[in-house]
Amino acid sequence: MRPLQLDLAMLKILKYSFYDLIRSRWSYVYFLFYLLLGFVLLFLNNDVSKAIITLMNVIILLVPLIGTIFGIMYFYNSKEFTELLLAQPIKRSSIFLGQYFGVAGSLTLSLVLGLGIPFVLYGLFKSDAIFDFTLLLVTGAFLTLIFTVLAFNIALSNENKIKGFGYAVLLWLFLAVIYDGLFLMSLILFKEYPLDSFSLGATMLNPIDLSRTLILLKLDISALLGYTGAVFKKFFGTDQGLLISMLMLVLWTVLPIWRLVSVAKKKDF
Amino acid sequence: MQYPKLFIFVLVLFTTVELWAKPIVVCESCVVKSISEAVALAIDFDTLLVKKGTYKEYNILIDKPLTLIGENYPIIDGEDQGEIIRIVSDNVTVDGFFIVNVGTSYTTDYAAIRVVKSKNFLIQNIVLEKLFFGIYLEKSNHGKVYHNKIIGDAIDEYNSGNGIQLWYSDHVEVSQNIVQGARDGIYLEFSDNITIHNNKSTNNLRYGLHFMFSDDDVYTDNIFENNGAGVAVMFSKRIKMKGNTFRKNWGPAAFGMLLKEINDAEISGNTFEENTIGIHIEGSNRIEYKANNFVKNGWGIKVLGACYANTFRANNFLYNSFDISYNSKLNDNVFDGNYWSAYTGYDLDKNGIGDVPYRPVKLFSYIVNQTPEAIVLLRSLFMDIIDFSEKVSPVFTPDNLLDTNPLMTKVQ
Repeated sequence: MRPLQLDLAMLKILKYSFYDLIRSRWSYVYFLFYLLLGFVLLFLNNDVSKAIITLMNVIILLVPLIGTIFGIMYFYNSKEFTELLLAQPIKRSSIFLGQYFGVAGSLTLSLVLGLGIPFVLYGLFKSDAIFDFTLLLVTGAFLTLIFTVLAFNIALSNENKIKGFGYAVLLWLFLAVIYDGLFLMSLILFKEYPLDSFSLGATMLNPIDLSRTLILLKLDISALLGYTGAVFKKFFGTDQGLLISMLMLVLWTVLPIWRLVSVAKKKDF
Repeated sequence: MQYPKLFIFVLVLFTTVELWAKPIVVCESCVVKSISEAVALAIDFDTLLVKKGTYKEYNILIDKPLTLIGENYPIIDGEDQGEIIRIVSDNVTVDGFFIVNVGTSYTTDYAAIRVVKSKNFLIQNIVLEKLFFGIYLEKSNHGKVYHNKIIGDAIDEYNSGNGIQLWYSDHVEVSQNIVQGARDGIYLEFSDNITIHNNKSTNNLRYGLHFMFSDDDVYTDNIFENNGAGVAVMFSKRIKMKGNTFRKNWGPAAFGMLLKEINDAEISGNTFEENTIGIHIEGSNRIEYKANNFVKNGWGIKVLGACYANTFRANNFLYNSFDISYNSKLNDNVFDGNYWSAYTGYDLDKNGIGDVPYRPVKLFSYIVNQTPEAIVLLRSLFMDIIDFSEKVSPVFTPDNLLDTNPLMTKVQ
């Protein structure tokens, strides 16, 4: 099979998944939810930069949750379609990547458009918050990509739907809440030691924490510039730090995708 | 019959006034070419008019009551030799000079203008650049430092001086000055009954304003911005601070205002905006905080050590990461009728006061006091959850620290 055909097959599957989601109206619901959220926030605050802070809380929690649940539901739901495709002379990576990018792409599009439209209408381009907002959307998009692919991985490894669903929710709970609890406990336990690099490392290893810190350093700068903040600001505040954080987010996306493809290749369906 | 006598009297009066009012003119092409020369020639209560030009002089000693007026800002260049003007007499006025190049020394505090043991002085419209110490008042009372501009270029604390320094000086008015780039913008030590009004102290290396052992002082409507550590008020009694603005004092040890061992003060109508810590309080008692705005600070108020019988009323706490932080479980201060932007209660009887009390101290702020690195968990869901559980049943934070009458709308 020539590479060109391979790409075409993937794009075709991507298109099918994408339209499938749009036809099932879930994309619209998701899109309308963000649209409403954006308008309500701006209506209540009428200040773009303050609305961004509130929005951050939503994005940090909801985007991973929705990505996880959508990903796992879609994978299990379209299992018969997947098995049908597997019988065709199409590369396995194209099938799974196509489906994945279809789901993740439609979720990202709903997020970006749903939040982007109200903010643009309320004068984002005239406000100096445009960089913060762009960062917010980029991290939101990354979180969608990361958590959808993690959900795909879980679904691929678990034939049992209930089990898979449980693991997926647990994964979200772990990264959104439990991880921070363990992190805090170890900080308190080892407070006699210098913890700057440890906390930096622990933040980098969790995509939710990483996104939160990245956005916070742009917004809540005065608090983070306190005692420890200086180390953090030096890292995240510089272009190099921003680059490394973005690289971490890319790694968080690429590594699970790579696992998805390699497991799917070997798996006996 | 009386007229000729009166006429002579008036004539005599006019001639004396004429003699009296004739200023000694100093310029590069005049008979008197330097300010020191003019001071030596002058008699008491003379006026010296200094024309535009550059005068390379230092150690100008003014030892009689004189009025020095600069026309179009003549430049006095000290050529880094040492002190430039020293006033040791009462009733001296210095007005309208541009003074540069004060000598730097590690043993003597050279100043551009130093007033020593004198009364009723007036220093106004002076522009200072390349200074060590700017205006230094030493044991001098009842004077005025008005409308001066001090632009320093301090880089290190050890070899830089303060913009305006008062040492053992009482009843002095410091107003409408602009001080920037000095070590401390305005520094007061052992100086009582001072009025500091409408000054702008920015970009100084250490503090915008620094008080030590100075009682009964008033400072109003000043702006302190982007100083190394903000404003420090220490070991002083009965100070009134009103309508000042403290902005953008950022850094690991920076604050809008530091209160250390301050008693019976009144702090009202001030704005603390975007500081790492709005007010940092240590061992300060019986202070009344009223109608202040704390906006977007890291910590609105950070209380350390024993602070008793302080009252906080009608303040606005808007969008601070932490409104109040305590390092102990003990609370003897009153919070009543403030507006908190983080308040989530309701007002069913519509009287403008929330029906549920507000707890301004979060558990997270207590944790951050213990483990500063924990700040990286700011605004995480985990922290919100444990903050919520602490709110429901306080274990680590003072359980009597609450505002029972939180306002529903901002105090105007």
